[in-house]
Amino acid sequence: MERKLTCIICPLGCELTVQLEDKEILDISGHTCPRGKAYAEAECTAPTRTLTTTVRCSDGSLVPVKTQTPIPKEKMSECMEILNGVTAALPLAIGDVIVEDVFGSKVVATQNKP
Amino acid sequence: MKDLVIIGGGPAGMSAAIAAYESGLRDILILERDEHLGGILQQCIHNGFGLHKFGEELTGPEYAWKYEKKIIDLGIEYKLNTMVLSVSENKVVTATNSTDGIFQIKAKAIILAMGCRERSKGALNIAGSRPAGIFSAGTAQKYVNMKGYLPGKNIVILGSGDIGLIMARRMTLEGAKVHAVCELMPYSGGLARNIEQCLNDFGIPLKLSHTIIQIHGKDRVEGVTIAEVDGNRKPIPGTEEYIACDTILFSVGLIPENELSQSANVSLSRITNGAVVDQDRQTSVEGVFACGNVLHVHDLVDYVSDEAEIAGKAAVEYINKNTDAELQIVLKTDGKIRYTVPQVITKKKDVAVYFRVSNIYKNVVIKVTDGDKLILSKKKIKVAPGEMESVALKKEMLENVKELCFSLEEV
Repeated sequence: MERKLTCIICPLGCELTVQLEDKEILDISGHTCPRGKAYAEAECTAPTRTLTTTVRCSDGSLVPVKTQTPIPKEKMSECMEILNGVTAALPLAIGDVIVEDVFGSKVVATQNKP
Repeated sequence: MKDLVIIGGGPAGMSAAIAAYESGLRDILILERDEHLGGILQQCIHNGFGLHKFGEELTGPEYAWKYEKKIIDLGIEYKLNTMVLSVSENKVVTATNSTDGIFQIKAKAIILAMGCRERSKGALNIAGSRPAGIFSAGTAQKYVNMKGYLPGKNIVILGSGDIGLIMARRMTLEGAKVHAVCELMPYSGGLARNIEQCLNDFGIPLKLSHTIIQIHGKDRVEGVTIAEVDGNRKPIPGTEEYIACDTILFSVGLIPENELSQSANVSLSRITNGAVVDQDRQTSVEGVFACGNVLHVHDLVDYVSDEAEIAGKAAVEYINKNTDAELQIVLKTDGKIRYTVPQVITKKKDVAVYFRVSNIYKNVVIKVTDGDKLILSKKKIKVAPGEMESVALKKEMLENVKELCFSLEEV
């Protein structure tokens, strides 16, 4: 089986072609860098995404956050639900951990808040 | 009196200020109308910024902070909540804020870095009354990401620019249902990666060659009628489809915000809607420079920062009186290439020329010629209007050149 993908690692957006037999990857082409190849492999076995969203702060304002590492793609909405129940204590600096572990990643602040 | 006044404290303004400082200038002032530095980056909480500049994938606020921190550490002066009212041709800036009142500053050099704004619904002539529930994608982005409001629950997005695509994902993650993204053109103006991760990941249909022909609802949007369009972008009778929705987002292009440039009598390009500039990003008014989205709309902030560094350095050279024009090479395009920035080269130095194409072309050669003489050619597998391209001209190539024509040939 052949699977066509658009690489999302960088703005180049390479068109990737993966040759698959059952779930085994036989060949990957179309990538221009090793990260594209790794993306194609992950996408065909265990796709992941970095989730960016906001978390409510103790003063009612919002702080933007991200998962420090990509999480399983199918867990994005579950992760959103978890983060909807979180209140972050102020002050916050970029990189401060807001949640220790969601689906294998820390959730960190991406903006400084006094 | 100031040596350098920079109008706008977004990515372009901050990067220009740092470059000017690093070229030895100290008397710099940034004027920013918002309550924070960083401009629109502060509401772009998604990641994907900084791959070129920093080799890592940053969110908008993280990218902004890299520059903001440097501005603070270097002690570069800036005023927030400050609206510039006009800029005169002899470089007097009139501005206002609530502490200084209305004030004027005479500058030796000015860098215009005001960015761009979204094209509005009004520019599109869509039938219907004026119900609530119609937003530009960027306004919706500010509501969701900075204020914590969800503008609606059932969404149709018109236009497939990057902000529209990003907002399709964002609204979906926040619990709204995005029914469709309609794009008038047969291709998307957004990056391929955004179509993949913002639409395909969530099963949101991208309807190419489709537009909204009517908005339904009086007090609040109740639905839209969409239709397919033909090659002349006219709706095809019989293809109409009704989609019930409470909210419409418009992501239909960005327009450089050049009212201040006009007050300074800066010549504008009718294609980019930004200033006509030379390789140093100097405008038609001596000592007035422009960079970032006010000059031409970029798709990557990394390139905005690069361009602003050019302007920042050049402004210092101008102040130090090292700016005599050595030559006058006009850059022309063939139509398949829509425009170049810069539009003119006045100095013999290495110049990166940025350009956009007018359609999607595959297997092409970009040619730079002076009459019959081929100066440079570059092969590309695919070019698209949504993705800015560049070629690097070496100073040796500019020897005895009168004009440079940029053309695109399909192989």
